[in-house]
Amino acid sequence: MSTFYFLIQQTMFYSIPLLIVALGGMFSERSGVVNIALEGIMIVGAFISLYFMRSMQGTISGQLLLVLSMLVAVGSGMLISLLHAYASINMKANQVISGTAVNLFAPAFAIFTARAFIGVQQVTFINQYRIAAVPGLSSIPVLGPLFFTNTYITTYIGFAILVISWFVLYKTRFGLRLRACGEHPQAADAAGINVYRMRYAGVLISGALAGLGGLVLTVPVTTAFDGQVAGYGFLALAVLIFGQWKPGRILFAAFFFGFMKTIAAAYTGIPWLLQLGIPGNFFKMTPFIMTIIVLTFTSKKSAAPKAAGEPYDPGKR
Amino acid sequence: MNIKLNRLIKSRGFASISASLGAILIGLLFGYIILLISNPSEAGFGFMTILRGGFNQGVRGVGNGLYMSAPIILTGLSVGFAFKTGLFNIGASGQFILGAFAAIYVGVKWTFLPDGTVWIAALLAGAIAGALWAGIVGVLKAYRNVNEVITSIMLNYIGMYLVNYMVVQTVFNPTRNESITPSRAILPKLGLNQIFTNSSVNIGIILAIVFAIIIYIILEKTTFGFELKAVGYNRDASRYAGINEKRNIILSMMIAGALSGLGGGILYLSGAGKHIEIVDMLAPEGFNGIPVALLASSHPIGIIFSGLFIGHLNMGGFYMQRYDFVPEVIDIMIAIIIYFSAFALAFKAFLEKVSKKKGGKSA
Repeated sequence: MSTFYFLIQQTMFYSIPLLIVALGGMFSERSGVVNIALEGIMIVGAFISLYFMRSMQGTISGQLLLVLSMLVAVGSGMLISLLHAYASINMKANQVISGTAVNLFAPAFAIFTARAFIGVQQVTFINQYRIAAVPGLSSIPVLGPLFFTNTYITTYIGFAILVISWFVLYKTRFGLRLRACGEHPQAADAAGINVYRMRYAGVLISGALAGLGGLVLTVPVTTAFDGQVAGYGFLALAVLIFGQWKPGRILFAAFFFGFMKTIAAAYTGIPWLLQLGIPGNFFKMTPFIMTIIVLTFTSKKSAAPKAAGEPYDPGKR
Repeated sequence: MNIKLNRLIKSRGFASISASLGAILIGLLFGYIILLISNPSEAGFGFMTILRGGFNQGVRGVGNGLYMSAPIILTGLSVGFAFKTGLFNIGASGQFILGAFAAIYVGVKWTFLPDGTVWIAALLAGAIAGALWAGIVGVLKAYRNVNEVITSIMLNYIGMYLVNYMVVQTVFNPTRNESITPSRAILPKLGLNQIFTNSSVNIGIILAIVFAIIIYIILEKTTFGFELKAVGYNRDASRYAGINEKRNIILSMMIAGALSGLGGGILYLSGAGKHIEIVDMLAPEGFNGIPVALLASSHPIGIIFSGLFIGHLNMGGFYMQRYDFVPEVIDIMIAIIIYFSAFALAFKAFLEKVSKKKGGKSA
């Protein structure tokens, strides 16, 4: 049973950042802007916020510093996503190209800045944020060990973001307008919606969440950020598509991926998996293979936003 | 004279070349500013080192620049060819590393081949492996409408883990945790090493240029190429016009994959000490193909030059390290160049507007 609890706790560390970043991607794509820059935005968000954390950990301590760092991650993610927004909304650039540019820029920026200002490539920080047990809640049977032991506040923030995202997307005027811009921007425009503004909002939200996701991914799993997020931005993109651009399904997809990742990372510690004799590389491949298989069976009736990837052209019918 | 000039300005080629050159200038400028901020006293010197690129070390440096350009010209062609046919091949990295593995495998294991022919078989194997790997993307796109960007990204990771596994199983050097040298399949140098003494240059750069020309001919001068492009513009209309659009999507991806796989073979058969290391890291050469293609607006002949240019910048970055500069400034510059070349569309529209205005006045 303790193995099971351990696996679920580990799964959280991988799934929550995927969930947050994929939800970010959802806002961007639902507004009509494809955002393959998620990977780069995660790197920038993680780098700047961890640099901040590292510089402040002498002055501020504990969860307050983590929260402040999260705000920095959100801010820096939004800032870098402005580049993508400007290129793809104002300049009507190919959205994949401008996203690629951000992805090329981010790791180089992180490594260059770290080496120029810290002297080494890695941004090291002290992890003082793990919550061994949430007082009271951790003693609940089953649920306690699953969700309230060996955890981080980021886990709860991730779930909160899920609920808020769902509410904003489906229950507010803003959400309806955003979705309209991703499906048929000309019609949205005719109904008096400012398409440019809605798309900016979509990309900026994705920047905020991707930046946050970079930090949330890094803090539990390492104490030395190395200018990369190991393809999690791309994985989040797969989660988004796997989740058919819908918050509930994204949650499911994120946990599926997170669990697969956990198995790949921890299979040596699980006797019956080890006995199967499957090489570790195949465990690592599994989430990617599963994505392809699932997409093979779901892509015919894809629920992708209809106008995603197209620059808005007011004259088009 | 004026009419000729006007036509030149209005031509698409001129617009894309000037847009690329503009983007390069902006990128270089940013690079200089970054150097100024990080190390004001040596910024000028560092910047000159970048600009000189391979020329920092005479013929040897130039030769090494050519050696480094060959694989990225091929991955650039791979990305560019796919672009021209309406597909975004972000999977060059996976195709590249599978090609590299296949080439090394054949180079090491096919001992029955006579000396001097092994490298040909090895390169062919590399191209085939890349083609098959990319073919998966094509088949899924053609028959199941699966977005090629996502499958390509997934296959990059699957390919990396698969190659790591296969190298360990077949052509492994355990003491160095990398693949063994395919010493019978080293690419011929064709005397290039006498022109560029002490450099690693070999037949690879010539092959890259030849393939760029072949791709140009296929795309621009053949019905086959026309059909491929037509499918890229509008899949439904092409089917209506009697083009087998499924077959063409698959073939497009396979050709793109073959080019990347060939690039992998060329890099790892150079005999210049390059081995597949068993690390969980995607092959960067595949991703470098993207800026190479974008900078040339996916034009095959242009890709030769953009590949040489990016190879040149990378050499500059290499020499910068000797003087204690951080070479990542090169990647930042390349990213900025790509970002601004994404504005090419807006830039072209602007040029057209200007030339139209002028035309209106003179009439």
